[in-house]
Amino acid sequence: MNVKTAVQQARANSRSGEKTFQSFVAILLTVGGLLMVLPFAWMILSSFKTEGEVTQIPPTIWPQHFTLDNFKILFDSMAFGTYLTNTLVIVLASFFGLFLNAMAGYGFAKFKFKGRGFLFYLVLATMMIPGQVTMIPVYLILNQMGLTNTMMGIVLPGLVGAFAIFLFRQFMSDIPEELLEATRLDGAGEFRTFLQIVLPISTPILAVQAILTFIGGWNSFLWPLIIANDEKLYTLSVGLSLLKGQNESQFALQMAGSTFMVLPIMIIFIVFQKYIIENYTISGIK
Amino acid sequence: MKGSSQKLAPYLFIGPSIILLTLFSLLPILLALVISFTDMDLSGLVNYDSIRFIGLENYKNVLLDPSFIKSMGNTLFFVIIGVPLVLLFSLSIAILINMGKSRAFKIFRVVFYLPSVTNVVAVAVVWSYLYNPTLGLFNYVLGLVNLSPVPWLTDPTVAKISLIVLAVWRGIGLNMIIFIAAIKGIPGSYYEAAQLDGANTWQQIRYITLPQLRYAIFFVSITTMIGWLQFFEEPFVMTKGKPLDGTLTASLFIYNNGFQFSKFGYAAAGSFILFFAIIAVTLIQFRLQNKAES
Repeated sequence: MNVKTAVQQARANSRSGEKTFQSFVAILLTVGGLLMVLPFAWMILSSFKTEGEVTQIPPTIWPQHFTLDNFKILFDSMAFGTYLTNTLVIVLASFFGLFLNAMAGYGFAKFKFKGRGFLFYLVLATMMIPGQVTMIPVYLILNQMGLTNTMMGIVLPGLVGAFAIFLFRQFMSDIPEELLEATRLDGAGEFRTFLQIVLPISTPILAVQAILTFIGGWNSFLWPLIIANDEKLYTLSVGLSLLKGQNESQFALQMAGSTFMVLPIMIIFIVFQKYIIENYTISGIK
Repeated sequence: MKGSSQKLAPYLFIGPSIILLTLFSLLPILLALVISFTDMDLSGLVNYDSIRFIGLENYKNVLLDPSFIKSMGNTLFFVIIGVPLVLLFSLSIAILINMGKSRAFKIFRVVFYLPSVTNVVAVAVVWSYLYNPTLGLFNYVLGLVNLSPVPWLTDPTVAKISLIVLAVWRGIGLNMIIFIAAIKGIPGSYYEAAQLDGANTWQQIRYITLPQLRYAIFFVSITTMIGWLQFFEEPFVMTKGKPLDGTLTASLFIYNNGFQFSKFGYAAAGSFILFFAIIAVTLIQFRLQNKAES
């Protein structure tokens, strides 16, 4: 056997070996993936079953009597409409917070001023403080301001965040100085420069942050739970935990509530996942 | 004129954020420290005169409180079992996904990441149903293969493990993404050289991928550990710390004392003890990492 055929032989072997290996990896991941989505599939299917069918043994997989009643109950006899409105208000407010974060990131990235280093470290330091330590004093501060049991009190503490400011600063540091100078020479004020030049350039990072902000706002739970005593101010998460507590045995209803919370996020995530995942790759860790 | 506006501009940009962070992050930590030395409770909320300075009394009582000791033990249990599991799964899945040559493997990133972005309350509600002793899917499947039912949430030790299973399921995604990003950063030439030397897949993982991921592994283990030390939502929604305080975590203990019993001073002291524990564990991790480096 000459060298050439030996090499070909080896290549063919490794190619078929490679193929088996690839399918082995694919099977392994598929099994794992099915386990990951199983709870969601079970949740969605159960949400369309009647209460009687959910308690049936052996359980059915596909709903025998497909019904939307559970979702109707959430909105008719429970206050899920109010919870939804509150949650959307929080999401909107957090977008305003996102704007403040972008402003702060720009301030740190493109200006030299007294106390810049110190203030930036101060911002970063807030990342290390665990929520458990601050939640009692924040409650007391809001109480002092007369903001407990108000939407303002729910929204204000989480409005800005150090991590987002940090990411904006990183991104905006790369904006060329000449571009900003040119706009300033054209007579634009600092704020107009920010709105018309800086923000449009920052679309990639804004997009990622907007998705994460939406997910965060939509999922907000602990703080609304603490600060709101009035059911009129509950978010979807708080309403859902209340629903679980009060309707311990109504699983179809609970699954409908969960589906209503999870499905929108799933759709948004699947549509935009590329940006989120790329963000991690860009900001990467070394 | 322009000069003065230039000087003021940066402060206007960072001002709102700095004020909010000071008011709701920095000031509270100082306030928490002060409160932790007082006997402040619900009456102190209305009338400041009723608040007494009691020094280290709260800290002493918390440290001697059997239910706090129990909650710290549980939290430790969660950390010791949960952190390695999250690391193992997210790392293996990241490596497997990265081995895939076809584009279809990108779908797996989404599938494994999905539980991480979904609402923790909703997820906890769903898992409570899966864990239900009579109606739950898990016990039904066990019954199909003639295994006896598991008391998922009704036995103190099993309940802890059930919560870990759920939290690991949720925790894989984000960390897997971090690992995938880090794996992509490893130069391909390393693998080519190893292949020329005849290294098999396992040897390439063992001698190239894992050492190159050292920092990512360290980062993930620190953040995961801090997360588990503050474990709250899952036990709060699913078990409320039951049965027999078997799933009471340190965070749940602080929440209960602060917002159920309105013992603000006592809860604040508990929160600082947890904070110190987190700092201590993080420092130990850094120490170990430095030792391994040198």
